[in-house]
Amino acid sequence: MTAVLETPPKIDDRRAPAPKSPQRTLSRVADALLTGISKIAAIAVLLAVWEAAPRLGLVDATFLPPFSTVVQAWWDLAVSGKLLDNTQASLVRSLSGFGLAVAAAVPLGLLIGWYKPVATLLGPLLEVFRNTAALALLPVFVLLLGIGETSKIAIVFYACAWPILLNTISAVRAVDPTLLRLARSMDLSGFRLFQKVILPAAVPTVFTGIRLAGAVSILVLVAAEMVGAKAGLGYLINASQFNFAIPQMYAGIITISAIGVLFNQVLVSLERRFTSWRVPVGA
Amino acid sequence: MSAHIEFRGVTKRFEVKVRGSRQHTEFTAVDTIDLDVERGEFVVLVGPSGCGKSTLLDLLGGLTAPTGGEIVLDGKQVTGPGLDRGIVFQQYALLPWRTAQGNVEFGLEATGVPRRQRAARAREFLDLVGLTGFEDRHPHQLSGGMRQRVAIARSLAYDPQVLLMDEPFAALDAQTRESLQDELLRIWQRTGKTVVFITHSIDEAVYLGQRVVVLTSRPGRVKETVTIDLGDRTKQDDLRSSTEFARYRHRIWDLLHDEVSRAQQQEKEVVGA
Repeated sequence: MTAVLETPPKIDDRRAPAPKSPQRTLSRVADALLTGISKIAAIAVLLAVWEAAPRLGLVDATFLPPFSTVVQAWWDLAVSGKLLDNTQASLVRSLSGFGLAVAAAVPLGLLIGWYKPVATLLGPLLEVFRNTAALALLPVFVLLLGIGETSKIAIVFYACAWPILLNTISAVRAVDPTLLRLARSMDLSGFRLFQKVILPAAVPTVFTGIRLAGAVSILVLVAAEMVGAKAGLGYLINASQFNFAIPQMYAGIITISAIGVLFNQVLVSLERRFTSWRVPVGA
Repeated sequence: MSAHIEFRGVTKRFEVKVRGSRQHTEFTAVDTIDLDVERGEFVVLVGPSGCGKSTLLDLLGGLTAPTGGEIVLDGKQVTGPGLDRGIVFQQYALLPWRTAQGNVEFGLEATGVPRRQRAARAREFLDLVGLTGFEDRHPHQLSGGMRQRVAIARSLAYDPQVLLMDEPFAALDAQTRESLQDELLRIWQRTGKTVVFITHSIDEAVYLGQRVVVLTSRPGRVKETVTIDLGDRTKQDDLRSSTEFARYRHRIWDLLHDEVSRAQQQEKEVVGA
């Protein structure tokens, strides 16, 4: 459909989509099935190797227990409620830091992107901090804010703010100049210009930043929980390792990657919703 | 009685930084332009590239202020942009996140047309440009010609007195361009708007304009104004092949010829400097 529309058609050239034949539907189902299978294949192979390698004695089963043992440990943790408690602790920290970062970095990024003086003022500061690894500042956060929740939420906030901030700034700067000229020719007020042109134009790039921040929020949190915490998935992994509860450690790791994938999926579908105009129909 | 639009000795100079030094040099884009446009007239400005055609349009649109002279629209000096003038850009300038309908409504939102009337009005103008049935398409789903139709509908919908068109068909293929030229003439006759149209195509200028204003190469001055008397273009078949058309075409080609070679010379000097 899209291809038809993009070749410059005569104005009255309105082609209706071809009616679906049962044969085509069938082949489409087969196609979907095939894509589905090939998508799972790699993960299935990984799990199979994980299961087989310790059993065949290729690796030490003490340090890499078979996948089924890990699943059993995961189930025990889930039933005992420990998994839920730790996951909850992690999610609360991660989501609060992430949410605060979105709430603060998007408006700040819009300001910096739009107002030259603000950019000149804050530019050097941004340059210094964005090139300092967030985790290098973890001790500072612990010293200043203690080892409680505040320091953990703060470090997640700090780490998440950067991708959002930088993407928002470049989003505003990359708004098509023709659109700005159009808005100016229509004598749009500053507020209207922001609301109707700059914000919607910036949404896709801002979302890229938000998606990056989603990944960062989990990454940084786990590291923070490994350093000083009494709960959380990072704590679970670390404590399990100290107590030589290796299957539990792997169970924690699996949970974290599952949360990471899920979080990303949620953000991707949100992004799709807000930027549907960018995706050609049928693609 | 004074004219609808008057350019009175309009001059625009830009400051340009000289490479490698701190000095600024002045660059005159247009120089003492005097031009009157009557209400409902279709005027085409044609000139070699870099002659300041687009600068003139920006000045009339209020996007920049003249260095000298003034532009008067209906007895009032132009001091800034306004909704009494609608600009159609070469790059369409459509909002990609809005549908065709939404893009036309964008102009209406700026004028404060009540929400309920906007939809009906937008449909009416999309119909005028021949896009009924395409209201819900996004710009990326439309061809170049259709996008420019949407842009024209948007500019017309908020009912400006003057339509300013900055090489609107330059990016289109030949067939689409010709059909849009006819369409534009038809719309112009129906709405009675004043149109100031910029192009570098001589054919386009002769085909569309009641008057063709030929500009000199930099700095842009009015070299000559040619009145084109070809009757009602939309009622004639293949007007472009007629001897009348060829005569006008040649006349303007003659006027432009020296200017184009002079402009090319200037460009070489700039690149060589």
